[in-house]
Amino acid sequence: MEATQATPVKYDMEVVRWFTIAAAIYAVVGTLLGVYIASELAFPFLNFDIPYITFGRLRPLHTNAVIFAFGGCVLMGTGYYMVQRTGATRLWSNGLAWFTFWGWNLIIVLAVITLPLGITQGKEYAELAWPIDILIAVVWLAFGLNHIMTVAIRKTTHIYVSNWFTMGMLVMITYLHVVNSLAIPVSLTKSYSIYSGVQDAMIQWWWGHNAVGFFLTGGFLGIMYYFVPKQANRPIFSYRLSVLHFWALTFGYVWLGAHHLQYTALPDWTGSLGAAVSLAMIIPSWGGAMNGMMTLSGAWDKLRTDYILRFLVVALAFYAMSTFEGPVMSIKTVNALSHYTDWTIGHVHSGALGWVAMVSFGAIYHMVKKLWNTEMYSDSLVNMHFWMATIGTVVYVVAMWVSGIMQGLMWRDYDEYGALTYTFVESVSAMHPYYVMRAIGGAIFHLGTWIALYNIVMTVRQATAARGVNAVPAKA
Amino acid sequence: MSDHDKIYSTKFQDKIERSTVLMFVVTAIAVAVGGIVEIVPLFYLPNTAMSGGDGTYNGTAHKDSKGNVVSMSRIVWSPATSEHKTLEDWQPGDGVRPYTALETAGRAIFIREGCYLCHSQMIRPFRDEKDRYGHYSIAEESMYDHTYQWGSKRTGPDLARVGGKYSDEWHRRHLKYPREVVPESVMPNFFWLEKMPVDVAETVQTMKVMTMMPFNPVPKAIYTDAYINGAKAQLEGKTDMDALIAFLQGLGNHIKFEEGVNYRD
Repeated sequence: MEATQATPVKYDMEVVRWFTIAAAIYAVVGTLLGVYIASELAFPFLNFDIPYITFGRLRPLHTNAVIFAFGGCVLMGTGYYMVQRTGATRLWSNGLAWFTFWGWNLIIVLAVITLPLGITQGKEYAELAWPIDILIAVVWLAFGLNHIMTVAIRKTTHIYVSNWFTMGMLVMITYLHVVNSLAIPVSLTKSYSIYSGVQDAMIQWWWGHNAVGFFLTGGFLGIMYYFVPKQANRPIFSYRLSVLHFWALTFGYVWLGAHHLQYTALPDWTGSLGAAVSLAMIIPSWGGAMNGMMTLSGAWDKLRTDYILRFLVVALAFYAMSTFEGPVMSIKTVNALSHYTDWTIGHVHSGALGWVAMVSFGAIYHMVKKLWNTEMYSDSLVNMHFWMATIGTVVYVVAMWVSGIMQGLMWRDYDEYGALTYTFVESVSAMHPYYVMRAIGGAIFHLGTWIALYNIVMTVRQATAARGVNAVPAKA
Repeated sequence: MSDHDKIYSTKFQDKIERSTVLMFVVTAIAVAVGGIVEIVPLFYLPNTAMSGGDGTYNGTAHKDSKGNVVSMSRIVWSPATSEHKTLEDWQPGDGVRPYTALETAGRAIFIREGCYLCHSQMIRPFRDEKDRYGHYSIAEESMYDHTYQWGSKRTGPDLARVGGKYSDEWHRRHLKYPREVVPESVMPNFFWLEKMPVDVAETVQTMKVMTMMPFNPVPKAIYTDAYINGAKAQLEGKTDMDALIAFLQGLGNHIKFEEGVNYRD
């Protein structure tokens, strides 16, 4: 048994602590922006005639804040945490890890400044100006190098499954970011993509869907494969299923982007291919979801008392739901109705709120307890956060299902004389109650993030205070 | 045999899991395939509006109901074959053309204000979309759109064929205070665009950049030195509002669509 440790390994965890706190803060900021822009669509006076806060400028800030600020900090924090613990080794470079922390946060600050000013490349989820894109590439590669080198210096024989998923994300996001962002600058803040029309659309959605597939799914599946077994205190249900899950997603997810362009000027074969592979992805996705769920076999009773585990399990349920809904929406006949409607927005949020944010908070709570070596300040606040997150997500998603399907049906409806039944603006006013309901659902979710932040801050304070009283000299 | 030597999957999988380099390389190959298969052909197959500069668009052949090929010179405007030789002389129906100087400025504002987040520019080949917006969009119509603007969401209506549908005055009133014209609208007010002069230098530079694009650049025969030098005069004294209206009014009327022609293959 060569891997048996005689002495406990000392890990580089300070940078993980900072990423964890940053993630909790960005969860509050990102969802606040979401609630605000959702309210702007329900009550347009909220644009207040201020150019910097109109829907068109704040929406990219919302998506960047939740995906890259919150999601990015969670991925980097958990990435550094998992790679050390699964490899029984310290980071390859603690200094480089701090560079990624400050670099990533600098990028977020630059996004907060530039996006409200209307500085954008006009590509969804890749809006940031070209100099910031270069900075993203540098910081991302530093994270990738540090992660992969830490895998390389591991003390264990095998690479743990979480690190496969992280590695897949690192490689794919690098491909996507570089290829999709190629542009010719006009000025320091403005540039235009080197691609146009059909080619640009396909490359954009190759990027767009794989930001979902590898950043928001692959990266967070790595989190799932580490934190679910840890929190349940059971080994992962099936190693073989995780092998299948990883390779099927890694090879297959890349093909899905084309399903965003059904019936557009993109050639039909590309969209059909994207939809076919999308449908095939149900199998490995559900296999993975089952793998996580079944890890709890024999430990389901823990859900009654372990609120952190609840986050992780409900996240898996939303993961399964979204990975079924997505392929259904990629089918041409369904897509003909769902495309351009709020259904897409609902689908994204059942994945983003239900899966990504829930699994993130499960991991964050787990890490906070370990990193500060303490119990949570309040378990009942964790429980309250759990219910607010769940109810908020459900309200949001249901509102968007109803409004999306209604929109789609109204647009295509004909009266008995063969004329369109509804003008476009009639569909807009029919959406109003659902836009209000969506804003309320989002607000419930958002308030939950405040509870999480408060609870985490109090936990850290409590742990720090306790350490002050029972100061134990650090072990040599 | 130690527990760590036991193989739980296959020999190859076990080998990958033990080697950082192998894991990295196999993953890097696996994630590359889908993108290559779906993206690369779009640069050389027909029906993707990719100009090789020879006027054939990779052999694109849109056919009418009798099977006759419609000449690409009737779909994409070319000063060499058209009777209208300059952007100023171009008439709707002459075929797809690049943006004028003022439209270029307007397009930058369209992107800056995130209009594409609520308005698509891609009409699908459905009966209701034809009745509501007009003929379905075809690949050639966005060939000069560096950063395509097809959009992904219709909180507001599609704009692919909005050009000429309303008067300039209607657009001005609507953009300034949308709810004065359409009470149920949820669009922000953009009255402040009228106070902002267009960025002349950046627009001229944008036009130069468009001729430098590696894929589907604007031909120098269209953005001639004379035209780019004259752009300044065209833009002088114009506001962001003027530019945005010019951009909207130029959308969707470039091609004269004919009955019975299949423009999708």
